[in-house]
Amino acid sequence: MAERVMERQAQGYEQKLQQIFVAVGVLPILLVVAVVLFSFMSDYFLSFNNIANVLRQSSYLTIVALGQMVVMVTAGFDLSVGSTLAVTSVTSALAMSGIAAGNPDAPWLAIGGGVVVGFACGLSVGIINGLGVALLSVSPFIMTLGMASVGFCAALYLTAGMPVRGIPYEFADTFGSGGFLGLKAPVWVALVLFIAVYLLMTWTRFGRHFYAVGGNIKAAALSGVNTRRTLFLAYAICAALTSIAGLLLTARMETGEANIGTSMPLQSIAACVIAGVSLRGGTGKVPYVVLGALFFGVVENGMNVSGVSSYLQIGVTGLILIFAAVADEFRRRLSARTKD
Amino acid sequence: MTNGSLYREVPPTAPAGAALKGGAGLPLLRTEGLCKHYPGVDALVDVDFELAPGEVHVLFGENGAGKSTLISILAGANQPTRGQVYANGEPATLANVREARARGISAVFQEFSLVPQLTVAENLFLGAEPTKHGLLDRGGEIKRAQELLERLGFPLRADRQVQYLSRAEQQMVEIAKAFRSDLSVLILDEPTASLTERETESLFALIAQAKARGVGIIYITHRIAEIRRIADRVTVLRDGRKVGMMDAAHADETTLIQMMSGRPISQIFPKVKYAPAEVVLRAERISTEDGSVRDVSIEVRSGEIVGIAGLVGCGKSEVARACYGLLPLAKGKVTFAGQDVRGATPRRMLDLGFSYLPPDRHKEGLVLSRSSVENVSLPALHLGAFSSGIFLKRRAERQTVSNLARELQLHPFDIDRDVGTFSGGNQQKVLIGKMLTREVKLFVFDEPTVGVDVSTRVSIYQLIAQLCEGGAAVLVISSDLPEILHLCNRAYVMFRGHVQVELQEGQITEDRVLSHFFERAA
Repeated sequence: MAERVMERQAQGYEQKLQQIFVAVGVLPILLVVAVVLFSFMSDYFLSFNNIANVLRQSSYLTIVALGQMVVMVTAGFDLSVGSTLAVTSVTSALAMSGIAAGNPDAPWLAIGGGVVVGFACGLSVGIINGLGVALLSVSPFIMTLGMASVGFCAALYLTAGMPVRGIPYEFADTFGSGGFLGLKAPVWVALVLFIAVYLLMTWTRFGRHFYAVGGNIKAAALSGVNTRRTLFLAYAICAALTSIAGLLLTARMETGEANIGTSMPLQSIAACVIAGVSLRGGTGKVPYVVLGALFFGVVENGMNVSGVSSYLQIGVTGLILIFAAVADEFRRRLSARTKD
Repeated sequence: MTNGSLYREVPPTAPAGAALKGGAGLPLLRTEGLCKHYPGVDALVDVDFELAPGEVHVLFGENGAGKSTLISILAGANQPTRGQVYANGEPATLANVREARARGISAVFQEFSLVPQLTVAENLFLGAEPTKHGLLDRGGEIKRAQELLERLGFPLRADRQVQYLSRAEQQMVEIAKAFRSDLSVLILDEPTASLTERETESLFALIAQAKARGVGIIYITHRIAEIRRIADRVTVLRDGRKVGMMDAAHADETTLIQMMSGRPISQIFPKVKYAPAEVVLRAERISTEDGSVRDVSIEVRSGEIVGIAGLVGCGKSEVARACYGLLPLAKGKVTFAGQDVRGATPRRMLDLGFSYLPPDRHKEGLVLSRSSVENVSLPALHLGAFSSGIFLKRRAERQTVSNLARELQLHPFDIDRDVGTFSGGNQQKVLIGKMLTREVKLFVFDEPTVGVDVSTRVSIYQLIAQLCEGGAAVLVISSDLPEILHLCNRAYVMFRGHVQVELQEGQITEDRVLSHFFERAA
């Protein structure tokens, strides 16, 4: 008798778990598991300092992933986010050091000039992507792959492969290591951009058009949506966000570097995919993308503080991604079953 | 009950002149109490069906009536939940398409199973490639394929890549594939839907040839004229159940439609008062750049329902698409609501009050991965009702869509569910909802009832009548003849890009419309 009650209870729990899984997906569960696991493996992991550290480390990826998501929702992806970072970093550093050399007493003039130049150069990568995809109908894969090479080449050519020095100290001090209420500047920037992208995607017409174009471009066109403008905007917004991340990274490293973003295309796409953004377009939720980026930050940091070899780390990340994809497929089947 | 005794109780009405061979009148295929259950749906319930050698047996019914499920089970592509299939009198399990083919049962579905990058010959012998010394015998393959095509009378070259063939030619390849090995049962799923008149004629000749050799043919069609032309018997299905079986000679339109829909015609189509007012849309001698529409003039007035009938590919849909700005015009003039709208975009046409319901809701109509709310509001998102500045009024949006969904009786009533998870009829309601969020002067319904159940069909007709009586102009483009006959006040019949005839109220009869479907009337 008692056994049967317990069995029924266990079944109840199982059903509850299933419902939670279907409702929220695999990502929040993975995140909780990772946090619990690492907090057992290292006492330091859950300290305030380390949490602040994880947030800072994840903020760059978060910003890029937000941009990547906008493009992925339109059924594309942007492989050139890495070279957008590089272009932004190099050009902003060159402009800053140039202006600072001429006006040593006005560091903020140099910073302002560098930021404008870097942002504009980064944005131009997205504008070219957007024109190629929207007007010339080049596939996003080829267009952004091509621009990844072109952008990287430009960044290397401008610097001959050397880091660009001579950035005003104030830039790094404010946007790199500076902070407010215990959190570093990039975390705050990421937070503001998260809210901005959330509003864009859920509360504006533009966001709605991104989902519609990604879900069914023909239906969107027949409903009067300007599909070309929508596609163009997506790539421009992605580059704008990535460019901001590039400026923050430059501040953090205090130099302009051509090779800061080589792993960013894959990481940002992985963060989106694990957050449930479909590669086929039309779906994806902004808060989940932030969780996805955070999750990769947590795993990386957790393995660092618990002393996992960095060679192993790369493999673990790949396995998690595949596991998440499998779990998501399982969830889709479960939810189809529970809906009938 | 043994199958022998059952057979004697219900003897097949062997068609006159059919060449019976093999099992001496034993049906080629027979099903007994066939059931197919899907979660939440009974696709087939206790269906008894039989096919005699040398007969054409038409399956007739609405979309979703169970025809596709039945043929997919007979073709081995699907397994019944309960019931038994007998082939030549013996119980047969058709576990997969291969086993069905081994028994001589081949199906040509509407979705082709061809590899576009391979040649005709390679497709014909896919899975049974001829070899010589362990290597592919490519020359022999092409030769045998060409012989097969010639025997069937198909004007096709065996070495052409399938992707460069027209749809009709691809269908010939599919049919040729069925004839590759010994064939006893041929299943054709709406084979003439995309064929021209001449291609249809050669298909019918082929069917006659196959019949004479004792092949049994299961033929799905929506066209009553085809039933008269080639069928021996008709089985009508509705909601997964067999409603009746009769000789094709007794199958007239009224009976068939009433059996199919389960109600008399007068209850399906509402009577609309004919009160034409000012002209809303006028196309004057328009021709499209792609040649699908040639020198067509039509006009639609407010307060009337105008139909355009014709075969698939006759350009009836393209007329509306050209007016909506989807197809570039080469010649002619389009006036809408008093304005010259040549070269206008869909956005401008929408803003002027032209609403177009596309025929294929999956391809062009709906964003399946998004909710009803987002789909319904999409064409009107920039209007004050849903937007202020760049921000959306999501509460007002939900309210509007929720009201519409209630009016249209969306089921299940959940406007946040992905549209892709709804049934065909309910997806069509969402698609129609998209037309109702803003002020519209002209509603164009392009195949408004494709793949929807009877009750949805009835409510769509009622809605069309309401819109017309409310003073809107309505254009109905349809391959469904009864829709033209019973709903429209006035109708155009098109053939190969031209308007063949304009029929006024009172002149729209089945014979008149059909007689203009083909060239001879011109």
